[in-house]
Amino acid sequence: MTDTLDTPLTTQPTEPPPAPGTLTAVELARWAWRQLTSMRTALILLMLLALASIPGSLVPQDRVDPNAVRQWQQMHPKLTPVYERLDLFHVYSSPWFSAIYLLLMVSLVGCILPRLKVYWRAATAPPPRAPRNLTRLPHSTTGASTASPDNVAEASRTLLRRRRYRVLTQAGEDGTVTVAAQRGYLREAGNLVFHLSLVVILVAFAVGNFFGFRGSVNVVAGQTFTNARQSYDDFAPGPLFREDSLEPFSFTLDDFKVDFTTSGPMLGQPSSFRADVSYRSSPGADTAKQTLEVNRPLTIGDTSVFLIGNGYAPVITVRDGDGEKVYSGPTVFMPQDASYESWGVLKVPDAKPAQLGFDAQFFPTYAYSKQTGPVSQFPDALNPTLSMTVYQGDLGLGSGVPQNVFVLDKSKLTAVTDNAGKPLSLTIPLGQTRKLPNGLGTVSFDGLRRWSRLQISSTPAEKFALGGVVLGLLGLLGSLFIRPRRIWLRARRSENGSEIELGGLDRLEGHGLDQALTDLFADIQKATT
Amino acid sequence: MSSIQYAQFSNTAIMFAALVYSLALLAHIAEWALHRAPAPDRDLIAVGGADAGQDAAASTGISYREDFAGRFGVALTVIGFALNAAGMVARGLAADRVPWGNMYEFTITGCVATVATYLVLLRFQPIRWLGLPVTGLVVVLLMIAVLLLDIPAGPLVPALHSYWLYIHVTAALLATGAFTVGALASCLYLFQSRAEARGRSRSGLAARLPEPETIDRLSYRVHAFGFPVWTFAALIAGPIWARYAWGRYWGWDPKEVWAFITWVAYAAYLHARATAGWRGRKAALLALIGFAALLFNFVGINLWGGGLHSYAGK
Ligand code: HEM
Repeated sequence: MTDTLDTPLTTQPTEPPPAPGTLTAVELARWAWRQLTSMRTALILLMLLALASIPGSLVPQDRVDPNAVRQWQQMHPKLTPVYERLDLFHVYSSPWFSAIYLLLMVSLVGCILPRLKVYWRAATAPPPRAPRNLTRLPHSTTGASTASPDNVAEASRTLLRRRRYRVLTQAGEDGTVTVAAQRGYLREAGNLVFHLSLVVILVAFAVGNFFGFRGSVNVVAGQTFTNARQSYDDFAPGPLFREDSLEPFSFTLDDFKVDFTTSGPMLGQPSSFRADVSYRSSPGADTAKQTLEVNRPLTIGDTSVFLIGNGYAPVITVRDGDGEKVYSGPTVFMPQDASYESWGVLKVPDAKPAQLGFDAQFFPTYAYSKQTGPVSQFPDALNPTLSMTVYQGDLGLGSGVPQNVFVLDKSKLTAVTDNAGKPLSLTIPLGQTRKLPNGLGTVSFDGLRRWSRLQISSTPAEKFALGGVVLGLLGLLGSLFIRPRRIWLRARRSENGSEIELGGLDRLEGHGLDQALTDLFADIQKATT
Repeated sequence: MSSIQYAQFSNTAIMFAALVYSLALLAHIAEWALHRAPAPDRDLIAVGGADAGQDAAASTGISYREDFAGRFGVALTVIGFALNAAGMVARGLAADRVPWGNMYEFTITGCVATVATYLVLLRFQPIRWLGLPVTGLVVVLLMIAVLLLDIPAGPLVPALHSYWLYIHVTAALLATGAFTVGALASCLYLFQSRAEARGRSRSGLAARLPEPETIDRLSYRVHAFGFPVWTFAALIAGPIWARYAWGRYWGWDPKEVWAFITWVAYAAYLHARATAGWRGRKAALLALIGFAALLFNFVGINLWGGGLHSYAGK
């Protein structure tokens, strides 16, 4: 640290040298490492990362929306194998995407570690010595004082300290005193913290993705859910997820309430969803109660339960030709739109003389007119009514191929017809029973419950990710807004006091250094007279 | 007032805001048209002049009429801004929520953010040269909003009711305002540095703009403000909200992906400014790429994308 202007105010790595002509293996490795950890490589990798993120937003992603992926694949049978080979349905866990961010991480760590050392040395060092001629600095001013050089130095030392500079005073042999001051050491620290926290965030994110899981399940009011893998309707574990890490809780959905706006321009919009839940964190634990709302999950240990959907579950009983109860209980219906007009399917394999299947529609507030046919006028259950078409024959359940519970396989079914020979359509208000023709049995609509779709997930290391970004932001703020500045003062003895040279150097130009020097000079004058 | 009256008031205010911004634009065009390359001896005339403003203007080679047109433009911009902001607030009152639930609202609110950024900067720095580009841009944006995007005020779905949402979107809008001004500055910088490279920086349009270095410094400052705000909006408030609404803090939803791309592009811009061989034009291009990603997130994804964020009004 001899000449000040050579010691920069940063710990930025120097540019790597161009590749030498002939190299030993060690030289080659060192050269490659310096390339990898250079600012330019980091920049290129950053741009690659941005570029590589794009396809995942244009092609449907398995982890985001599996249904969209299936639809897309059905529509593009030719492209699908190509896309699959390129991992385009799971871009963010693909080898090529991972390669970019892993390289970036290596580059980052390789860049930070040496910079930490440089920073440590710079941060513990005294302010750099003054250049020989202060008036040659980009900003400087000169003046005279009636005070002695020692007094001037002492005053400026106090003033600079108060302005939070680190100050070093040196007396020369001829009575000249030099004051060197520097502030803004934290800028570089902020930059390092920012880059370090990027590593923390990435590690936390990876842990969450590898060890976490996400699943969902439809639970009808009154039913109990036990946290085991087979209880879920769908379950997406991370690659390193272990089933024994599922927490052994269970909960019952006691009640599920929805409020709809009944007047004004928002008529029929839901205004609140509330799920009352009693839960036990383990089989032996006490029961606790909580109300779940949108944006207010239930958290048990590391697992959270979120409300993400809801609908109606009509309670339906089917008796067959022999009068046997062959189907009974709440059935989940899928809402089709904001009016909660819903679709559902009943499969009754045990009915005799023939297996029965029902394609059913549910109207929470049933209304009928010639023009519109049956509609639901309001999403709340004011006039709940079922409307169904009936099929008999073979449901195709015996084939061993798992079936979608929301679809009837009609290949071996025939529609049951009415007296006029048209497909029979039954309309059943709540509490009523309808007879099927030809002695097939009866259907009754006995009650109405609601169901809610719950997403259950655990993302380990969430807190670290949050801590990482918050820390990163603080570092970033420091790095962007703290401005390192150096100021030197030299006071020489003169006939009636001292001659003063004042100079400064900013890391970023354009922040009023001239004004600061003028102010400082005025303050020194004031303090020494 | 009832919500319908608020909505009508809002529409009227936005129409008038567009009108007044257009007049401001005309004033700034006049300002630029009246500009004369400073003749070396004219500087002397104003010495001892009575009017301080005129004095200052003359000493920088600006004629009285040019300066007047510019000031008039700024005054009109302030009025346009007041109308624009009133329209935004009324829109929020009409729908009984924050006024950025769909693309129309996002556009009018984005204009408020952009003009606010410009006016605040103008308070502290001599950047009236941004007046013409800024007013030109908001006129175009408001036209598009009124003619193509107008959607009646409606409610938000319950999943969007959360104060983290408000924080998230407010911050995103603030950053958008800064990035918009930053993008304008980057364009002007590219224009000006090219003019300088061809030796034409003191003639034609280029003569109305400051040195490339000055533009670049302004561009850096607004970006340096916008970037941490965007970081907070997209990488802190957004994920926290997503965590409470959907049970995961980051799910690579298209909207999240483009917020991320935007962030990476602006990070690359700041990084490039400190990288040898990348300062200047290349860095400015990166800033513009970041802005393109920001716009795509707002326009492209809302129009074509699905995903959980598609509430934003198709
Ligand atoms: C994960 C990828 C990276 C991101 C997102 C990133 C982002 C940023 C940002 C936003 C800045 C400007 C703000 C500031 O001054 O603090 C910056 C500055 C900086 N970055 Fe990075 N960076 C990354 C990787 C790297 C790597 C690998 C290196 C090592 C070569 C590096 C070295 C630096 C340095 C030295 C500065 C300060 C420049 C100056 O002196 O002003 N960064 N980075």
